[in-house]
Parts: sequence; structure tokens; C-alpha cells
Amino acid sequence: MEEKKDILILAIESSCDETAAAVVKNGREVLSNIISSQIKLHELYGGVVPEIASRKHVEKINPVIEEALKEAGVTLEDIDAIGVTYGPGLVGALLVGVAEAKAISYAKGIPLVGVHHIEGHVSANYIENKDLEPPFLCLIVSGGHTHLVVVKDYGEFEILGRTQDDAAGEAFDKVARAIGLGYPGGPKIDKLSREGNPDAIVFPKGKIEDRPYDFSFSGVKSAVLNYLNKARMQGEEICQADVAASFQKAVVEVLVEHAMLACENLGMKKLALAGGVASNGTLRKAMEEACRERGISFHRPSPIFCTDNAAMIGAAAYYEYKKGVRSGLDLNAMPNLKLGER
Amino acid sequence: MKILALDSSGLVASVALAEDDNLLGEYTVNYKKTHSQTLLPMLDALGQMVELDLTTLDAIAVAAGPGSFTGLRIGVATAKGIGLALDKPLVAVFTVDALAYNLWGSPGVVCPLMDARRGQVYTGLYAFAEGQLEVLCPAEAVALEEIAEECNRRGKSVTFLGDGVPVYRERLEELLQVPHLYAPAHMNKQRAASVAALGMEKFRRGESVSARDLAPVYLRLSQAERERAQREQMAAREAGQ
Repeated sequence: MEEKKDILILAIESSCDETAAAVVKNGREVLSNIISSQIKLHELYGGVVPEIASRKHVEKINPVIEEALKEAGVTLEDIDAIGVTYGPGLVGALLVGVAEAKAISYAKGIPLVGVHHIEGHVSANYIENKDLEPPFLCLIVSGGHTHLVVVKDYGEFEILGRTQDDAAGEAFDKVARAIGLGYPGGPKIDKLSREGNPDAIVFPKGKIEDRPYDFSFSGVKSAVLNYLNKARMQGEEICQADVAASFQKAVVEVLVEHAMLACENLGMKKLALAGGVASNGTLRKAMEEACRERGISFHRPSPIFCTDNAAMIGAAAYYEYKKGVRSGLDLNAMPNLKLGER
Repeated sequence: MKILALDSSGLVASVALAEDDNLLGEYTVNYKKTHSQTLLPMLDALGQMVELDLTTLDAIAVAAGPGSFTGLRIGVATAKGIGLALDKPLVAVFTVDALAYNLWGSPGVVCPLMDARRGQVYTGLYAFAEGQLEVLCPAEAVALEEIAEECNRRGKSVTFLGDGVPVYRERLEELLQVPHLYAPAHMNKQRAASVAALGMEKFRRGESVSARDLAPVYLRLSQAERERAQREQMAAREAGQ
């Protein structure tokens, strides 16, 4: 009988403003994880500029892939499959990674696996939690997504709830801009909140009647903007830190409440966080405490695997590859790809 | 010498394989603009047809710009991926140079026109002297009026081609004071065979780059950068007053 061979995935991610490549062994062991961030470039514009992001991806993609292979100590000859994010994201940005991955796949005859970006974020949890296996509940929170899902199996999701308007991370960005913190908003609000009083101002929670798992963050965002306007008109000084801390509390509370309600109703004993906002210190702490109180095991990736990265794409690609999923040379970028679709 | 060539800079997607003075195969499609889905399957089909062994390639030539930003990136990223995978050098060919090369040997002046939107064209002016492509005006993004005036100034007959022709033909007729022609269907759009032929010349002259270093030639800043530069200029002007 043939000895069970390790599966090495070269993963490529370029859906937004990070050009990333990684080599992942058997879906869980990260041999390299290279990220070229463009945040500094986009800061000038107060947000990601798609054309600038796409241009930077073309410039960085080869060096990033070469570095990922080198750091992992492997060559393309050792790679069993190439995983690439094909959606959702910025179409121009996605296309760079997709074209590059397809070209390498074609030139070397290496199987190609198109990966859903959000499935990647969920799979980031497999990297450091070697024993974590589906089913579990996952709260995905990022600049573009807010989903509460049951991960039924690898790559299989049941969506319980989602945001009806702004994503959580988007609300962080908008509020950060309004109180003059700039882009990217999440980390800046998180940091400033530590100096503020979260109970200073009561902002509404983003709940929706009769839809216990859904979210709405445009209300709390508007409440912050109204508060700032009113203060400005009355000539009152605002305390940035208090606004940040109070806003963050309103967002975090609803995220935790909905996740706990789902765990309770579905009898879930495992919960994982995923996405860029999963790096938020207050969210991590609050979720961990809520889980501990209820005897739920809590998982979250380290910040380096929360941000957009290719290691998580490699983890997701591994399980898709094992299931026999292969993408053709006609794989296209799908900017609006829904979770659970292919 | 064997060169693979790619062009997805405009409406056309095209791949070609050339060996010395032979075009082994070319696959050109001008049907909907879905280059991301079609370019590599086209290359795969062509490769199978001519039993291409990719490891025997000397270089990969790509139409690096100007053109549709997204189209350029699809072609360039594809070339970079193949170059990375096989450790092959790349040759960047100006899209408009390659278009002009479609009309190799034409008398007078050759003027490719690619629609660059915002009232502009990506263009250049070329002539053929003893079989060599001569660049009279290098690739640029200018108003149609500007290139028409340049044609008039030179006083020679001009042959136009490119996807900008149907867009601007009426206006050209008003502007031009020199004799002029429009190239026919089999040579008036991008063809990777021309990219291959020019690419081979450039490669022989040592004008290749690594897959890592090849970059698209946009000839234009992104809109956000343009607007930012304008704002800064205005601020500087106000500050100077």
C-alpha cells in the first residue's frame, strides 16, 4: 500500500489590499505566510482604492509567491495543488491572483482550487486549533462581511444570520473617519477605546426584530454621527476615546449576544471567530468570557491569521482538494460570490 | 528561437506561438470581453494543437500596455505566472507598437487608435523604413484632436487601425486634411502574432526582463491619484497667492 503522502498547497490571496502567498501542509501546518500590505498607500485616500490595489498586486505578486516558496523550503515541483481566492472581493484585485494562479497551474500541470475568501477566514481557525473540527458555530466579522454560520462540515455552511446593511468592520471604518481617526478604523478604535469609558454614551444595539441572528450596524453608526453633529452644533468638546469605547461596546455586545443565542438554541459547544474584526481585543475578550460562562470552547485565530492572508486560503483549499474540488483554466474572479456558492 | 505571445489589452484576446520566421499558431477572438475566462483556455487549446512543450520556450512576450487596465493585468499576470513557473524571461511589447506592426511594410504613416475614454486615445505614429518599424511618436494617451493635428502636420498619407477607429471615425473625417485609409478586418485589431514578432526582435536585442520585474504600462495614473494630484495642485496655487 502506498504510504500516505503529505499534501502541500501553494495559496494565493489578492482580494483586497493585501498581496499574499503561503505554503500550507495538510491544511493545518503553515510552512510560510507572506503578506505584502498596502495599507500605507490607501491611508492617503481614507480607504482602499481598487485601481491602486490592483496595480500593487501585479507588482508584488511574483516576489510574494517566490518568497513563500523559499521560506517554506520547497519548489513548485513539491506542490500538490494551488489554492486561490476567486471571490468575493474587488474584481480587479481578485483577477491578478486568479490569472497568476491559473498560469502557474497551467505551466506546471498543478491542480487548481478556487477558494471562497470567507471560507478561508473560517479555515484560519484550523491552523492553530489542531483539534477543531466541524461542526461548530462561527462568527465571521470583517470589513466586508458579518455572518453567523454553522460550519456543518469542511466548506459547508448554514447561514444563520448576516448584516442587513453595513458590515461590522465597515461601521468601524466609518465611525473612525467621523471621529477623525482615519483608516483603517478597526485597530484605531480598538486602541483608543482602552482609554475611554464604554458606558459614557449609550448607542443603540444593531438588532432586528423577529430576526434574532441578523445584524444591523447602520443604526449605531448613524447614532454616533448624530451624537457628533449635535455636540459640534452645541459647541461641546467630544471625548474621542469615550465615543470609540461606547460605539465599540454597542457593536461587540450584539455580536456576542447573537452568537450566544445561537449556541444555546442549537446546542453548539464550539464557537470560532473569523475575519479581520476577530482581531479586536474587546470582542475577543467579551466572546471568550461569554463562552467560558456557558462551557463553550472558544477558538480564534492569531491576528496574523485574522487579517487577509494566504495561509487561511491554503487551509480551505486543502479540504476542498481532499473533496475532489478542482477549478478549470476558465476560473473567473467572482466579486459577489456568496458563501456556500461555487 | 521560440516565443509565446499574449495580448488581452483591448476588446480582442489573442495568443500566438512563433518560432524564428514561422508563426506556429495563433488564436484570436474578438467576441465579448471575458479575457479572464478565455485567455488561458485559448493558450491551452493552441498549445495542444501544436504540441507545445512549454519548457522549450525562449521567452514570453506580452502586450504590456497601454490599454484596458484590467485587460493588461490579466495578460501581464498570466505572463508573469508562466514566467515564474518555468523560470523564463519576459518581453514587454507596447500594445500600439504591436498594432502598427500588423501593417508591416505600409507606405506612409501608421496610426493605431485605442479608445482610452475621456475623449482620449492611446496612440502613436509609425512608419516602415527598409522593413524596420520606425517610431515617429511613441505610445501616448492624447486627445484625438492632438494626434489628428500631428498627422496633418506631417502631410503624409495615414493608415488607421485599432478599436478606437469605429469610435472616432466620424470625428477623424472632420479633422484630417491628409489622405488616409482604414485597415481591413484581418489586421485592424490586436494580434498576438505581431506581439510575438516584435517580441522576438526585442528579445534578440536583449530587451527582456524577469517575470518578477515586468510591469504593465498604463500611461495613466488611477483616477484617485489624478484627483489627489489636482487637489494638491490647487491647494499649492491657493497657498502661493
